[in-house]
Amino acid sequence: MPDLLLEFFSEEIPARMQARAAEDLKKMVTDRLVAAGLVYEGAKAFATPRRLTLSVHGVPVRQPDIKDERKGPKVGAPEQAIAGFLRAAGLTSIDQAKVQADKKGDFYVAVIEKAGKPAIDVIAEMMPEVVRSFPWPKSMRWGAASAKPGALTWVRPLHSIIATFGPETEDPEIVKFAIEGVAVGNETCGHRFMAPGAFTVRRFDDYVDALEKAKVVLDASRRMDIIRADAKNLAFAQGYELVEDEGLLAEVAGLVEWPVTLMGSFDKAFLDIPGEVIRATIRTNQKCFVLRDPQTAKLVNKFILVANIEASDHGKAIVAGNERVIRARLSDAKFFYDTDLKTRLEDRLPKFEQIVFHEKLGTQAERIARITALAGQLAPLVGADVAKAERAAQLCKADLLTEVVGEFPELQGLMGKYYAEAQGEDEAVAHASEDHYKPKGPDDMVPADPVSIAVALADKIDTLVGFWAIDEKPTGSKDPYALRRAALGVIRIILDNQLRLKLLNIVATHYGVMAGLVPAIHALATKKKKDVDARVKPGHDGVGGELLSFFADRLKVQLREQGARHDLVDAVFALEGQDDLLMIVRRVEALGKFLDTDDGKNLLAGVKRASNILRIEEKKEVTIYAGGPNRDLYKLPEEETLADEINRAKIATKRAIENEDFEGAMGHLARLRPFVDAFFDKVTVNADDKALRENRLKLLNEIREATRAVADFSKIEG
Amino acid sequence: MADAELLAAGRPQAHNLDPARSFQGLILALQQYWASWGCVILQPYDMEVGAGTFHPATTLRALGPKPWNAAYVQPSRRPKDGRYGENPNRLQHYYQFQIILKPSPPDLQELYLGSLRAVGVDPMLHDIRFVEDDWESPTLGAWGLGWECWCDGMEVSQFTYFQQVAGFECAPVAGELTYGLERLAMYVQGVDRVYDLNFNGLDGDKKVTYGDVFLQAEREYSKHNFEVADTAMLFEQFKMAEAACQKYLAAGWQDGKREVHLMALPAYDQCIKASHVFNLLDARGVISVTERQSYILRVRELAKACGEAWLATEGGGR
Repeated sequence: MPDLLLEFFSEEIPARMQARAAEDLKKMVTDRLVAAGLVYEGAKAFATPRRLTLSVHGVPVRQPDIKDERKGPKVGAPEQAIAGFLRAAGLTSIDQAKVQADKKGDFYVAVIEKAGKPAIDVIAEMMPEVVRSFPWPKSMRWGAASAKPGALTWVRPLHSIIATFGPETEDPEIVKFAIEGVAVGNETCGHRFMAPGAFTVRRFDDYVDALEKAKVVLDASRRMDIIRADAKNLAFAQGYELVEDEGLLAEVAGLVEWPVTLMGSFDKAFLDIPGEVIRATIRTNQKCFVLRDPQTAKLVNKFILVANIEASDHGKAIVAGNERVIRARLSDAKFFYDTDLKTRLEDRLPKFEQIVFHEKLGTQAERIARITALAGQLAPLVGADVAKAERAAQLCKADLLTEVVGEFPELQGLMGKYYAEAQGEDEAVAHASEDHYKPKGPDDMVPADPVSIAVALADKIDTLVGFWAIDEKPTGSKDPYALRRAALGVIRIILDNQLRLKLLNIVATHYGVMAGLVPAIHALATKKKKDVDARVKPGHDGVGGELLSFFADRLKVQLREQGARHDLVDAVFALEGQDDLLMIVRRVEALGKFLDTDDGKNLLAGVKRASNILRIEEKKEVTIYAGGPNRDLYKLPEEETLADEINRAKIATKRAIENEDFEGAMGHLARLRPFVDAFFDKVTVNADDKALRENRLKLLNEIREATRAVADFSKIEG
Repeated sequence: MADAELLAAGRPQAHNLDPARSFQGLILALQQYWASWGCVILQPYDMEVGAGTFHPATTLRALGPKPWNAAYVQPSRRPKDGRYGENPNRLQHYYQFQIILKPSPPDLQELYLGSLRAVGVDPMLHDIRFVEDDWESPTLGAWGLGWECWCDGMEVSQFTYFQQVAGFECAPVAGELTYGLERLAMYVQGVDRVYDLNFNGLDGDKKVTYGDVFLQAEREYSKHNFEVADTAMLFEQFKMAEAACQKYLAAGWQDGKREVHLMALPAYDQCIKASHVFNLLDARGVISVTERQSYILRVRELAKACGEAWLATEGGGR
């Protein structure tokens, strides 16, 4: 079966867009092929800085024929109706229609047979739309054609298109379609400098070979492999190790068609600058790799660059040029670093009064004051020294105003740590600058030092409380302030460090801080929720609970990912006033273990049975069977025994829970099982005597209540 | 001709103009190259601007349907970039070489590479790369797509296909090339400090460096821009320029109808003026973050109105 080859040859496509564009091209073309009934065998897409290529193999030669029947009017219908039918069906005479009978009589039926078109024509028809509706993140017009409305747009000027179609055994044909100003055919060009000439191609195989000869490696993953292997070899040959960087590798592979890896060096004196700054300078600005000494793991004064050309002097001039640029960049970085060291972090703080954190949440200075207050309050709860936690909170954002962080925002926190160390801060205080941002993602470490914990929690809780207060909560996929990540961070810090915190209290107190520290600017009423200012206190009613349920949702996601049953999480959260995350998790764990035992399963069955009966009866009678049963009304020994056992279990579970011994509590409940079973065996709940019936229902409620000490069993599945 | 002999050590030498030896040689080579392709070689605009793009030959001529190909050097003032002559790369006054080609020719990249060859950069020896860089000027209400052009890891030019200028769609699109002349010269001369650039291509005591020409000015203007520039006067000047621009724009509409405009260029001068005054105020640190945005918007409003007026002139292709 024939193959399709497409190549879009343009001016340089931004590296970050290439991979996505290749996939988009594949999807756009293959979706249309399938929709046209052309089911293909396989498709591969590629991108280089100057071309997007798609190879589809095993495309049928033509579309299948389509047979369509159209029902018309009754035989003997008025002439107008028949004429209309003929027109709609494309027939010239009614003799061309078939007559079919159904229960109402005879009808005309037009059989419209559409012969499948040759695939090459189908492709030719769909190509202009593929080109015109290509989903580039940003596209542009160019040249004389751009004077007219509706001009072609592409990511950068598009110069030519290869479109060939045909079986392996023959010369493929050129797919004929027209795009204004763009040549469509079987011709492309090689490397911009080393093989700029045009050449013709037939199909994918010879196309790839011809490109290779013209110094173009079509496949980005191959370019990455070449760069990775060459860079490692160059490093190894000199006794160094490449600091691998997949993101940079992908970007660099998108900047070259013919990767040539070279090594350069810089003055050893620059190694006084922190390694991260050197790496950021060389990576961000120059898109080069850094190397380290495998023994010490410290950076060495070498870098790897990837050029796009085999230069006539074997890269001497290129290396020299890059070395000069890197020298200038590192001089700048060193200057920034040295300048930063001259100002103490606390002396930078007044500037934050001029910087707005968020229109409704005040300035950065106000935010830092809130974080400091909260960190001070949290410190004793997490085992941190109050003074250190406050100091750390005060300084933790100061590096945002340094030159190095201004240049490389990704070094925020880390630079704060270096500068704090340099000015002789306590080690825990210095580390909090870096660690209070953690965890930055699911794979990031959680801070473990108490001072960092206090500041990290304060930072995240202030963010959450603030945005909740102004009603800027995440919705659907939109979470511009990364509030989900902040909540998950709080959860992980609490759980990993086994912290005992009453979140509801903390959140409520912080609302007070938010309203108190910062005077309200907008005197807004609470009419429209969107207009609630964080600093207007009446607007905050109930927000604490909402925020807590947000934590609950994040915790559920987290626990589910760790394999916990979501119904167990729900069963624990259904209890009132659960805001101690660590205890919630312990309860869930204990509950899970308990339900794995036979006693647990049977008790659950008994409790469910009791709950179901209660639910049905309570619904029927529109009442709730609460309150203790009357001892005098017990008729059978099973009733009395169960009541006694429940009372005993209640007291024992309560004590166990007070001691946070959830497994023990479950054990006490488990002992109820035979009595519950016996009760259901011997006792008829729906007795004819109304008082007796009510009393038994109340006893059932007691079963339910007793288990509520550990979880809401009605939420548990199974 | 005694003086001339003294300067040129005997007689004029062609190699004094080698772009790899002299700053002025580089400028002349670029002018020569683009002139040979038919560009109009203009002289710098006689007002203070932040970039070559502000020259009416780019901002205004990029609008409208008329073809336009021009090249010129434009001294560019960036008051905030002053470093008292102490930084090897940063200047508050530097030269841009600006090309504007409308409509953008199909082989613009090749033309650009030809200009690099013309100044002695051999693409077979050096690593020339087009690295994504989208251009936007909030003050001019303009944006375009293109690249920064790298030579061995050094950014030597900006390459932009203008999509919108002064809030108007470019129809047709113009291609804009901007060479940072000092940076390119430092590259071809192999110099690490801008003040060490050879300006006139001579040697020994006949050599004039970039520092000889501009170091004094960098020191003085840095002091002026950061410490002394009269902010009360500048605030006043901003208001005056803004008001004058609006006044000329209003007065320029023929017969009071918004069809034909007769004074787009004088009005645009006031827009340029406002922009530069704003840059000076910004350097003096007297504009807060929130005010900053509103000043930028005010200049943009002027630029947009000037663009609209230009499109209603004969020169603008009405």
